[in-house]
Amino acid sequence: MARLRRPCGGSRHGRCAAVTTKLFGEPVRRREDARLIVGKGRYLDDIGHTALAAAFVRSPHAHARIVDIDVEGALDVEGLVAIYTYEDLSGPMAEPLPVLIPHPQLTAPRTGYPLANGEVNHVGEPIVMVVATDRYVAEDAAERIAVTYEELPVVVGVDGAREAKHAVHEEIPDNVAARHHQETGDVEPALAAAPHTLSFTQYIERSACTPMEGKGVHAKWDADDASLRVYTSTQASTSVRAAIAAKLELSLDKVEVIAPDVGGGFGVKIVHPWPEELLVPLAAINLGREVKWTEDRREHFISSAHERQQRQEITVGFDDDGRITALDVHIWHDNGAYTPYGIIVPIVTATQLVGPYVIPVYRVIVESVFTNTVIVTPYRGAGRPQGCYAMERTMDRIADELGLDRALVRERNLITPDQFPYDHHLTFQDGRPVIYDSGDYPGLLDKLRALVGWSEADRLRADAEARGRLLGVGMAMYVEGTGPGPYEGGHVQVLGSGKVLVSTGLTSQGQGHETAFAQIVASELGVPIEDIEVTTGDTRRFGYAVGTFASRAAVMSGNAIALAARGVREKALRIAADVLEAAPEDLEIDAGLIQVKGVPGTSIPLRTVAVLSNPLRYAFDEAAKQATQFATHDDTKPPVAEGDAPGLEHRDYYSPIRSTFASGAHAAIVEIDPATWEIDVVKYAVVHDCGNVVNPMIVEGQVHGGVAQGVGGALYERMAYDADGQLQNASFMDFLMPYASEVPDVDIDHQQTPSPLNPLGIKGAGEAGVIPGTAAIASAIEDAVGRRITSMPISPTELYDLVRNPDSEMTATAARRAGTGAIS
Amino acid sequence: MTVDTERTITVTVNGVPREATVPVRRLLSDALRHDLGLTGTHVGCEHGVCGACTVLVDGDPVRSCLMLAVQVDGRAVTTVEGLAREDKRGGQVLHPVQEAFRECHALQCGFCTPGFLMTIAAGLDKRDPAAELTEEEVDDMVGGNLCRCTGYANIKKAVHHAAATMRDAQ
Repeated sequence: MARLRRPCGGSRHGRCAAVTTKLFGEPVRRREDARLIVGKGRYLDDIGHTALAAAFVRSPHAHARIVDIDVEGALDVEGLVAIYTYEDLSGPMAEPLPVLIPHPQLTAPRTGYPLANGEVNHVGEPIVMVVATDRYVAEDAAERIAVTYEELPVVVGVDGAREAKHAVHEEIPDNVAARHHQETGDVEPALAAAPHTLSFTQYIERSACTPMEGKGVHAKWDADDASLRVYTSTQASTSVRAAIAAKLELSLDKVEVIAPDVGGGFGVKIVHPWPEELLVPLAAINLGREVKWTEDRREHFISSAHERQQRQEITVGFDDDGRITALDVHIWHDNGAYTPYGIIVPIVTATQLVGPYVIPVYRVIVESVFTNTVIVTPYRGAGRPQGCYAMERTMDRIADELGLDRALVRERNLITPDQFPYDHHLTFQDGRPVIYDSGDYPGLLDKLRALVGWSEADRLRADAEARGRLLGVGMAMYVEGTGPGPYEGGHVQVLGSGKVLVSTGLTSQGQGHETAFAQIVASELGVPIEDIEVTTGDTRRFGYAVGTFASRAAVMSGNAIALAARGVREKALRIAADVLEAAPEDLEIDAGLIQVKGVPGTSIPLRTVAVLSNPLRYAFDEAAKQATQFATHDDTKPPVAEGDAPGLEHRDYYSPIRSTFASGAHAAIVEIDPATWEIDVVKYAVVHDCGNVVNPMIVEGQVHGGVAQGVGGALYERMAYDADGQLQNASFMDFLMPYASEVPDVDIDHQQTPSPLNPLGIKGAGEAGVIPGTAAIASAIEDAVGRRITSMPISPTELYDLVRNPDSEMTATAARRAGTGAIS
Repeated sequence: MTVDTERTITVTVNGVPREATVPVRRLLSDALRHDLGLTGTHVGCEHGVCGACTVLVDGDPVRSCLMLAVQVDGRAVTTVEGLAREDKRGGQVLHPVQEAFRECHALQCGFCTPGFLMTIAAGLDKRDPAAELTEEEVDDMVGGNLCRCTGYANIKKAVHHAAATMRDAQ
């Protein structure tokens, strides 16, 4: 297949200078590790040892009116400092939390209050904040606060919401927050005209990010300066800053927000402002003391965010070859008690569902419904796993119906390399068209077949049967829109010491940004990576940013930083050219030294150029003194030329025309013990394409992590709410996050179709590993047991029940195998 | 009968005798982090499942969130801050498992890392370095700690890498 080669159109500068390959693309060992492996990371709870501690009284009921809050019992607790309820909030703080992403189809949005205003809508909703000398004391006080409730009827689960026997929000009797609808043609006649049609319903259950570090906020008010500094374990510092300023009625310049080291996010920390992100600063200002709150594990389960639950009704029309002619999908999406993040997850499901395929006519309706449970906001994949599950299980069904190989059916539907840019005529989560920029989907499929040994499936099944085990092979493909805008920025500055400071406003939660961004600058600028220091997520250093989500950091900040570094390089060469009396084109920078190509003696260190770039009156040290001597004294020109600025630094932004589309394909081989129905993933294969790669070691790590979450979501993780809206497994004892023993070894093959949309040609990689996991494993299990899998995750008990149930549907493939005496 | 609400404990932490007066209900994890200022040990669940809080008490890996600080009175505790050794010139020599984690990209956010490092270090330090490392041993050393970022693949690689380093150093 011909690799796509296109000029870099679409970037703001129209430039696409070749990046030197010095460090870009190398598996450079991470800079952040040095502090992390010796316990010198600075996570939220490591900060502020003298701070007061906050704790919360949270609702034990899923739906209730608050009749009374009696704090009397808490007042005697030694060490208690303050108690806050809704009555203590005023102005913008007394208003509901913001709907971050409004949308015309989000017709009935609802958000909570920082502290419950007379009503609670999920177990865990905060009602009272207690501030005390330490967390133990704060919890003592919280325990003694007596809240009286009038319990209300509870709505749980997507089906419960649909049935609408009860309403979560009284004024929304059908529990529908939004009805998202996209269509590319007339689906009903297309289905009617299709040679074959199939309809089926399936479910995917709720899971959650569960990073190892929960949320946390530390706030410090400087009364002399009337300014606030907030540390928060967030994925969006600049936006939290804006929210705090707005809600606490402070001027933006008087609020700083810093994301410290963050122990994982996976999406849950993109939502903001959390009640605590507003309340802790409020208390800090109010009390004139530092205040800190660190979430415990139970709080994280019942008061952060979940994701994934959907009911999907799918009707597909196809021909004798398995080519899809029409697809009609109706999804009900459980959004929990409130909609702070709008309908992003439903939109992502709706638009990413089409995957790598040509879908001539497509209609999708996603109804986002309220339940009395924790809010639903992005979890790695953010709706893509659900979309992939819908599409890929449809492909499996088509293959099953026609008696065709599942890989072959997919192949016949794939968009081919000559069809790019491919317009699906849908609108993505960034408000821009879903136009795939580049990719090679047949290439992915070929590589995957080879990697997993797809053609060996029958033999493997027979071998396993001989050992008394059931074996199945499954696969799933996906396309992932990454790097949505609106923009990110980068700042690069060379100091007179030779140190190169790099900053960007978005945040890090373990993706190795300090390394990857340093690699980009080292390659662009020709400086040793050891001289580079990267800061992310600190509004003091970079004030304009969006955040880390949708696999966008490398694409957005990576490109912005590259552009900033190029700006620095251009200026450095211009200044050096003047000093060395050469032309800028004849100069090169290597190891921090600017020299005339081929003339080693004629050179000037980059750090000296940095000093020269700032014309000085006062020589405050040796380097500065040298610079004043080096400087040319041309009194026909001003020291700082018009349009120029002092300093060797540059700030630049990358704002994409639209998202760039990464892709991949996964396959799983499962073995099932027919005595215990335990499901063992014995092989897991990944073929992965994220365009050009900054650091392959980091990308592979992202894939590993994503696969573990995919396996977890397919076999182990499920939020178990009972009919009263109680989360029965709000701890790691009962919410089964995979240990090493549950995660299979992962075989990875790579493909690179660079993105033509950005200067570095990169696509996002953060979520790829998790997207097709549930679909691929469902496919494999179904292949092994010959029964329709219609709900994921699936446990051994559920599998046993399924196989034993006379009403469960046998697959046509299994019937064929049984009929021919072949292994089933 | 009066009941203590506080007790003064003496505990050797990373080779240094430390004294602290702590509420008797204070968890060891909190005492290490907040009373002794050693924030390298992290708290992930407070119910003993995730292992992020793992420290060594008299050489054995223990979930510090499931111990009370008063239980280590008179004992020796090692935390991640004490894993590296000081060299003769006052610098630091990392434990092979620390080097291995960096070399093998066995950490991403780093929050679970101290717990893994302590558990694996204890396992490696106890075994005969000349013996060939088995997969069973690796599973044993990594199987009790949760990581949400890495998918464990590189953590297992790091164990192999560290064991090989220790074997070659003999």
